[in-house]
Amino acid sequence: MLEFKNVSTHYGQIQALHDVNMSVSKGEIVSLIGANGAGKTTLLMTLCGDPKASSGEVLFEGKNITRESTHQIMRGDIAIVPEGRRIFSRLTVEENLHMGGFFATKKQVEERIEEVYQLFPRLKERISQRAGTMSGGEQQMLAIGRALMSNPRLLLLDEPSLGLAPIIIQQIFDIIESLRERGMTIFLVEQNANQALRLADRGYVLENGRIVLEDSGDNLLVNEEVRKAYLGA
Amino acid sequence: MSKQVIVNALISAVTFLVLAGWLLGISMQAEPGGVQLVFAEPSHLHWLWGGMAAVFFGQLFFPSQVDKLRHVAQAKKQRFKLPAMDRKGSNLVACFVLAGAIIWPFMVSRGSVDLATLTLIYVMLGLGLNVVVGLAGLLDLGYVGFYAVGAYSYALLAAEGWGFWTCLPIAGAMAALFGFLLGFPVLRLRGDYLAIVTLGFGEIIRLLLNNLTELTGGPNGISGIAKPTLFGLEFNRKLKDGGFDTFHNFFDISYNSQYKVIFLYLMALLLVVLTIIVINRLLRMPIGRAWEALREDEIACRSLGLSPTVVKLSAFTIGAAFAGFAGSFFAARQGFISPESFTFIESAIILAIVVLGGMGSQIGVILAAIMMTVLPELAREFNEYRMLMFGLMMVFMMIWRPQGLLPMSRPHMQLKQEA
Repeated sequence: MLEFKNVSTHYGQIQALHDVNMSVSKGEIVSLIGANGAGKTTLLMTLCGDPKASSGEVLFEGKNITRESTHQIMRGDIAIVPEGRRIFSRLTVEENLHMGGFFATKKQVEERIEEVYQLFPRLKERISQRAGTMSGGEQQMLAIGRALMSNPRLLLLDEPSLGLAPIIIQQIFDIIESLRERGMTIFLVEQNANQALRLADRGYVLENGRIVLEDSGDNLLVNEEVRKAYLGA
Repeated sequence: MSKQVIVNALISAVTFLVLAGWLLGISMQAEPGGVQLVFAEPSHLHWLWGGMAAVFFGQLFFPSQVDKLRHVAQAKKQRFKLPAMDRKGSNLVACFVLAGAIIWPFMVSRGSVDLATLTLIYVMLGLGLNVVVGLAGLLDLGYVGFYAVGAYSYALLAAEGWGFWTCLPIAGAMAALFGFLLGFPVLRLRGDYLAIVTLGFGEIIRLLLNNLTELTGGPNGISGIAKPTLFGLEFNRKLKDGGFDTFHNFFDISYNSQYKVIFLYLMALLLVVLTIIVINRLLRMPIGRAWEALREDEIACRSLGLSPTVVKLSAFTIGAAFAGFAGSFFAARQGFISPESFTFIESAIILAIVVLGGMGSQIGVILAAIMMTVLPELAREFNEYRMLMFGLMMVFMMIWRPQGLLPMSRPHMQLKQEA
């Protein structure tokens, strides 16, 4: 479904990604783990077209999207839950969700909003609350809900566990799991390697802008190097 | 019948007599030797005695009923609360305010109406800039440029013999076009940089007006701009060549220069009301939400597939269009425009109106516009200290109420209740 072919990305003179090759197939959960500054977010952002890849190709369902502008890419079947949630804090929960369904028809929006409320009953309780006044976990739910409003086929999650308590993280990951059961393809970028790999069908390990390991999630969990570097064991 | 009831009835009757006696029983008459207190005529006294009897017998025979009435009143007070002002309520208030604003000019002096018209122009400008600065979060210091474009568009078209109502949308469209053209290259800038570029734009427009002498008359400006008419009826004493008729002649009333002032005021009021309706409508549309979302978080907007340039451009263009409307009305009212009217200080005042009013809040902007135009007029007697006081007031305002007079509370959407 999604494929990176020898993708390199530069910030000015500095090369952040070196010939990255990876792929995500339909219906999979793929986790990308790595230390701070390894290039995880850069990889996601390259997929979204900001910054653009300096060489190589990003293919989505066989279509080359490397040169498309960000809003063109995001208007399609890809949705992202950005790092740090980035909800619209002064808008209400419902308005945030409406923003997610900006390009959908009114009827579609109404249907999808109901689905999101089913998935996150907590959000329904807070319909007219300002998003910024909610707890971190609720905001993360809102960010995911907002991304789902465009009815994407590929959902990108950038550090959904950032700054959340372990019990909330567990809830978020349960939700991600349930999304997979609905047939959503998920690409998860995480520092929380333990959780991310447990959930994932496959995983990639990124180090200094290079993919250094690729394996099934379970195998990576027991991999010596991964355990040493990311799981603290 | 207990003694208690009789005493009660007596006390009530005497109280009635004392209270009503002053009003009905005694009257004052001016006599040669001064004001004299005179007992009222017998007919008045009959009413007084009659009332007293009614109170006395009422208290005597139906004390329980009278008490019940009181209980009903109290019970009502407890059972119902005044309903919170909902949309219906605020609509009602808006209608009253509007009615008041329509009646008002007929009761006050010509100067007040003139000042009010000016205020309404600033309200329109404030509301327009509010879209750009308050909602979309784009700091625009060159707003007066669009105002100027609107004013000159009308002035030039009116010289060709076009009517006001035809020119109004054209002036708005011209200003919007300028907003669009300026917006394209500069809207990739943010914050301070955008402010500087827009500031430059406002100056460029003014300098162009100053120097394109053949077209704009340069520093001399354009004079003799046609006043707006009411369906072709002019408000002058004498009919111009080729005019349809004058207002006072058509309705067969005597000429009064006040009519013109009031007409202009009502027209400004109409334009302001239209502006409010249109902007409110936009706010409830997805595009309005997108403006606010963009102000909140541009990256999130991009992640949702919105093109920030398009969203910003729409806000910039729509804001400019309202400046164009205000400008063309300004030109029509003044009958004379020159680049002097479109200096940077105007931009600053309009921006101050938006900030003082509370970014994004429409009622706040209206209040602030009234304050910003009326206060300097009231303080005229302080002469040169006027602007100093004005500045001080704004400084204190920012210290005590940095969020503005009436910070924005946005219209919330409500879910339809499932049946």
